[in-house]
Amino acid sequence: MDLIFEKSRPGRTAGGIPVCDVPEIALDQVIEQRLLREDVDLPEVAEVDLIRHYTTLSRRNFGVDVGFYPLGSCTMKYNPKINEDVARLPGFTALHPLAPAEFAQGDMRMMYELQGFLSEIFGMADFTLQPAAGAHGELTGVMMMKKYFETRGDDRRRILIPDAAHGTNPATGALCGFQTVTVRSNAEGGVDMDHLRELMTGDAVGLMLTNPNTLGLFERNIEGVSDIVHSRGGLLYCDGANANAFMGKTRAGDLGFDVIQLNLHKTFSTPHGCGGPGSGPVGVSDKLVDYLPVPRIVKDGDRYAWSEDFPDTIGRVRAFYGNFNVMVKAYAYIRSLGPDGLRKVSEVAVLNANYLKEKLKPYFDLAYDRTCMHECVFTGHRQVRESGVHTSDIAKRLLDYGYHPPTIYFPMIVPEAIMIEPNETESLETLDAFCDVMIAIAREAREEPEKVKSAPLTTPVRRLDEVRAAREPDVCWKG
Amino acid sequence: MDYVPHTPEDQKKMMQTIGIAGLDDLFADIPEKYRLKQLLNLPPAMSEQEVWGLMQQIGAQNVIPAVTLTGAGAYHHFIPAVVGHVISRSEFYTAYTPYQAEISQGILQAIYEYQTMIAGLTGMQVANASMYDGASAMAEAAVLAAKTLNRTKIVINRSVHPQYRQVVKTYAWSNGYEVVEVPYADNGQLNRSVLAEAVDHNTAAVLVQTPNFFGIIEDITSIEAAVHAKGALLVSGFTEATSLGILKPAGAMGADFVVGEGQAFGNPMNYGGPYLGIFASTDKFLRKIPGRLAGATLDKDGQRGFVLTLQTREQHIRRERATSNICSNEALCALAAAVYLVCLGKNLKKLAELNFQKAQYLKTHLSRLEGWEPVFSGPVYNEFAMRCPDAKVVNRRLQNEGIIGGYALENEYPELKNSLLLCATEMLSREDMDRIVSIAR
Repeated sequence: MDLIFEKSRPGRTAGGIPVCDVPEIALDQVIEQRLLREDVDLPEVAEVDLIRHYTTLSRRNFGVDVGFYPLGSCTMKYNPKINEDVARLPGFTALHPLAPAEFAQGDMRMMYELQGFLSEIFGMADFTLQPAAGAHGELTGVMMMKKYFETRGDDRRRILIPDAAHGTNPATGALCGFQTVTVRSNAEGGVDMDHLRELMTGDAVGLMLTNPNTLGLFERNIEGVSDIVHSRGGLLYCDGANANAFMGKTRAGDLGFDVIQLNLHKTFSTPHGCGGPGSGPVGVSDKLVDYLPVPRIVKDGDRYAWSEDFPDTIGRVRAFYGNFNVMVKAYAYIRSLGPDGLRKVSEVAVLNANYLKEKLKPYFDLAYDRTCMHECVFTGHRQVRESGVHTSDIAKRLLDYGYHPPTIYFPMIVPEAIMIEPNETESLETLDAFCDVMIAIAREAREEPEKVKSAPLTTPVRRLDEVRAAREPDVCWKG
Repeated sequence: MDYVPHTPEDQKKMMQTIGIAGLDDLFADIPEKYRLKQLLNLPPAMSEQEVWGLMQQIGAQNVIPAVTLTGAGAYHHFIPAVVGHVISRSEFYTAYTPYQAEISQGILQAIYEYQTMIAGLTGMQVANASMYDGASAMAEAAVLAAKTLNRTKIVINRSVHPQYRQVVKTYAWSNGYEVVEVPYADNGQLNRSVLAEAVDHNTAAVLVQTPNFFGIIEDITSIEAAVHAKGALLVSGFTEATSLGILKPAGAMGADFVVGEGQAFGNPMNYGGPYLGIFASTDKFLRKIPGRLAGATLDKDGQRGFVLTLQTREQHIRRERATSNICSNEALCALAAAVYLVCLGKNLKKLAELNFQKAQYLKTHLSRLEGWEPVFSGPVYNEFAMRCPDAKVVNRRLQNEGIIGGYALENEYPELKNSLLLCATEMLSREDMDRIVSIAR
């Protein structure tokens, strides 16, 4: 379809500007002509053109409201509509971030209570809501670990990261000036304890562990992991990307974690918006409270205020206080569900994943055949061997059947990985229908491999040439 | 209300398929002593109606001002109705990052168009799909410059937004870089000679902002040569995106990176977020810039289509060798910005002119009050600093009338006593401003 620029016609507009009600002076009387621009190069379309353009684009996009979205590690649960509506209340959208505290008591109360709820759910001493996304939370969390050692004059240089970790973990470690060291997984998909023992020396700040890990498996040896890390003076970091698996069942703080970053846009049902805005709160144990980013909300009686008076803080990681409007949705979600609702979320998320795992296990090989948590990881091994059909082909074929594919080729330690996260808001019928399609694709792979390899056949565009996109980059329209 | 569709029969059937007697069997990998035996200590569940009532009540504990005179990094602008309608399409807001291009052409094309418009407005060849906010975009540009040049010093002007400077310092500290702050000149603009002196052969980046925190428009051509002579990179920031409607883009004045806050383009103030970080660069850094990039290509049948491209820059491929760890960005806010820009089209210039006129009016009239004068003589867009007899008293009086007053510069600049940073956008009518002047008198 045409670009908006290709629909532009000189003289059209969709947005009128009010008449100027003050005496006008010439711009160049104040600003030197050479600092002014002549024209803005933006498209000119009528309002109806704009709406049809974006409506057409939206129909070429797949969201949770369109269909099942079992994208592993991304927790694409249903986004309740009430949360969208409350977040649009003027009380939550219209305030300037530097409004005096007297104006913002409701906003601050919501944030303060949300910090408290998250602290309770995850067993942490306190939370910051400032980070804008999960990776931003990771950065904030590891910065606090760095500061913890720095204030002790303990010059540790390395950070340990399991081989199954998300790419953001090693990238985060490197951005905090640490050398990243990879810890092997063992035969049952957990941390190789001997390897951890060997690497966790007095030179390591600690371990960044995703739990449950990216294989969807809970770390059975968590107590041992925690002991090893702490006995060498290290800190234990929890990547909370998979927190949907254990709310109300266990708590990160109780398990020995010193830091956890969450993704409100996963666990707490705030929509992903095509890749953001997210929100990445970070919880800390008592050891790290002093290093939380500023400003922090302090409560005096029943009044809330912002304070920067925390001398050991790492500072700020973004302007103002975080993705506030996303927090409103997460707050409303927690209030809707309550403690039993949150526990049910995790129980059913885990139930759904295990159900899918059992149903699909005869047709696809499991990476690790044991009880999984909220997601399960298969490998496309058998299909490659039998018919040369790869995981990417299976994913593309799912598009023809109207599904968003699972996460593929991750975690990297599983070849041809297919990582399925069904989450709790999907019904038994939805899971059964998806399984039927996966089983049908497994059969197609054997019987009509070319059909699977040439998928998708029904989408607005066919497979796209990514090599060409990278070799001859075209990231801005040149006309 | 829990949004879980399972009936007790469904659950039973599923447990049978799995071969378990109870749900707790699924959690056997959690060591017994760490399993929660009681419910979390949280308020009880509520119905939708009760949640609606509660959120109304919390929202009402805020005071929505009649007028907001503070800018300082977040700006009150009118948002055309089309913006909200487009971003409320749930095909957009309930989607994840467009990893599966064939069913994500909508957002990929929208982001490609966004990148094109941002590159045009900033005078750059490349723009990414967005960063978290203006401050983190600036910090990431500084880190990228240091990593690219293998240098460890970052020079930043004190007229850059104070919170942006704090964020740059945090990122620099974590990477082991030094940050040197350079004072502004008496007229509020860059102090060319002091700045040039601060730049040496270990300087990776020089960070400036235009309009700067005081609202003053900078002439960055005046420092470009000094920065580049030492091999450093020039990062030009902004916090008020609508200024791009009238100002010559930094890209046309020698900046290597243009970074800024895009909130003013169609995003509400939202008490600080979500906003969007604009990140644009010259062609030279195309393969190094952080964040996602949508690129045009062809499908199997030769049809134009869009993909996320040059992903080998990113953390999920490059891991510890990536220059940034960014993953999620602010795509929906970028979509709002794109819709806003398409809506206004060439009228963005008119809107910016209107902002300029309003600010001139307010500045002129406040300057006529006894004891009031502009703090700086440099040219301004829609924000300006005024010295007054007693800033606290003025803000208090405005507040009593339901008006959020100016930002007290003394908070961050001890030398600027009784100085208020005030912003006038198209949201202020002449009547509003006359009232403000009479309250301030």
